[in-house]
Amino acid sequence: MALYSEIVMDHFTHPRNVGVIEDADGVGQVGNAKCGDIMKIYLKIEKDIIVDVKFETFGCGSAIASSSMATEMIKGKPISEALQLTNKAVAEALDGLPAHKLHCSVLAEEAIKSALKDYYDRNGIAYDKSQFPDCDNCVHCHG
Amino acid sequence: MQVYADNAATTKISSHALQAMMPCFEKFYGNPSSLHTAGQEAKEVLEDARARVAACLGCEPREIIFTSGGSEADNQAIISAAYYGARKGKKHIISTAFEHHAVLHTLNRLEKEGFEVTLLDVKNGHNVTAEQVRDAIREDTCLVTCMYANNEIGSVLPVAQIGTVCKAAGVPFHTDAVQAAGHLHIDVKAQNIDLLSLSGHKFHGPKGVGALYVRRGFPLTNVIEGGAQERGKRAGTENLPAICGMAAALEDACAHMEENNAKVTAMRDRLIEGLSKIPHCALNGDPVNRLPGNVSFCFEGIEGEALLLLLDMKGICASSGSACTSGSLDPSHVLLAIGRVHDVAHGSLRLSLSHCNTDEEVDHILAEVPQVVQTLRDMSPVWRDLQKGEREYIL
Repeated sequence: MALYSEIVMDHFTHPRNVGVIEDADGVGQVGNAKCGDIMKIYLKIEKDIIVDVKFETFGCGSAIASSSMATEMIKGKPISEALQLTNKAVAEALDGLPAHKLHCSVLAEEAIKSALKDYYDRNGIAYDKSQFPDCDNCVHCHG
Repeated sequence: MQVYADNAATTKISSHALQAMMPCFEKFYGNPSSLHTAGQEAKEVLEDARARVAACLGCEPREIIFTSGGSEADNQAIISAAYYGARKGKKHIISTAFEHHAVLHTLNRLEKEGFEVTLLDVKNGHNVTAEQVRDAIREDTCLVTCMYANNEIGSVLPVAQIGTVCKAAGVPFHTDAVQAAGHLHIDVKAQNIDLLSLSGHKFHGPKGVGALYVRRGFPLTNVIEGGAQERGKRAGTENLPAICGMAAALEDACAHMEENNAKVTAMRDRLIEGLSKIPHCALNGDPVNRLPGNVSFCFEGIEGEALLLLLDMKGICASSGSACTSGSLDPSHVLLAIGRVHDVAHGSLRLSLSHCNTDEEVDHILAEVPQVVQTLRDMSPVWRDLQKGEREYIL
């Protein structure tokens, strides 16, 4: 049996939405090079709709696939919906991840939330802080 | 093109070894401990294999104990020397920071039992010296255990000099020669080695079999208790097919060592030269005293598991010391021991060659690796920051 599902391998080898949005409305980066995963998400937002999204990832196959899948899942969606995206949904959409790789889907969720938080901060939009995880204290890197 | 470049992990069994195994299944299937003819025939085959392994190491047949592999041999050697030392009130062990886990985890266990362990740091980022060993030896040192050659980065240790230092100090010397046996010349007497571990499948023999050389008179502690096999030092019916396959493979490897090494070293050097042209990379391990087949690099800005997966899709089987390939969060202890910081240790690649590889395969690796590294760098935020000057290059 292969380590990863066919969907993971497809998104890893043909990642969707790789790149940078130079004039992004929100940018989020989570993880650090010490742990071996960094995800960076760029959002273009118009009228509360995510009209474009790009990502860059330093990390393993499942990190790249999780980023790719997560960006596909929020593209064209309203912010309110993107905020509901869970790591579980990302992992399920990928047809599962090995247990020790589940943190990759967590990073994808956090990267998107971090980019949305940046959008709120830039535009002075009030938000409920509890909606956003504090990556700097996550057990994955800091446990 | 399919390229198997992970020979430090395991090797393809040679037809010579396979042929040596077959009669043990079909003809010499008796138990060497049995009194009857079938048993005694098997016993003869077993002792013949022992003599052939001994001849390859420069020792007597009775100094060879067959084990289930390199890990068991390492465990038994270290535990034996430790307990022997403890009986004389000596409970200090010297080893290196880049040993295999079969050694390091055994040492951890002994530490819990009250032994003190000194791990030598890897000087210059690629090797240890006999002087370091000499300086670390104390009155209560009961064992020096230093690998013959490192499995990840290929550094070949100055084993003969370490042996001289240990002999002068009267301290037993064990070497984990799993990566060296069949690839480098070993003479346990000339090199003053008291205990040596090897594993059959690293030199085109079968898996699940290894050997421990124990200098005559050195008291062994049993790790596996039971019957009186292996002069009562290692219980369990001998795995005769595997033992015969290992003996044949080792003999074959030693007989063709010079020509194999010339071929493999040339391929290795071509790979090192070619891959060194990739910007912001670094060769890991000793550039001079190096295993013939080992190529180990760190590439900045990428992660090793992704690298391995993409190379696998190009038909290249390789290995990495990244955290993601180990299932833990830390990259390999070997890369950390030689001073690679986490950020770049995650981006490591090991290619390990054997005489079964070809120049065409080397060409394929040289064509694919730079492309795959670039593909991953192109989607890496770390690489972008490095390129934009927002992060400083380490390599």
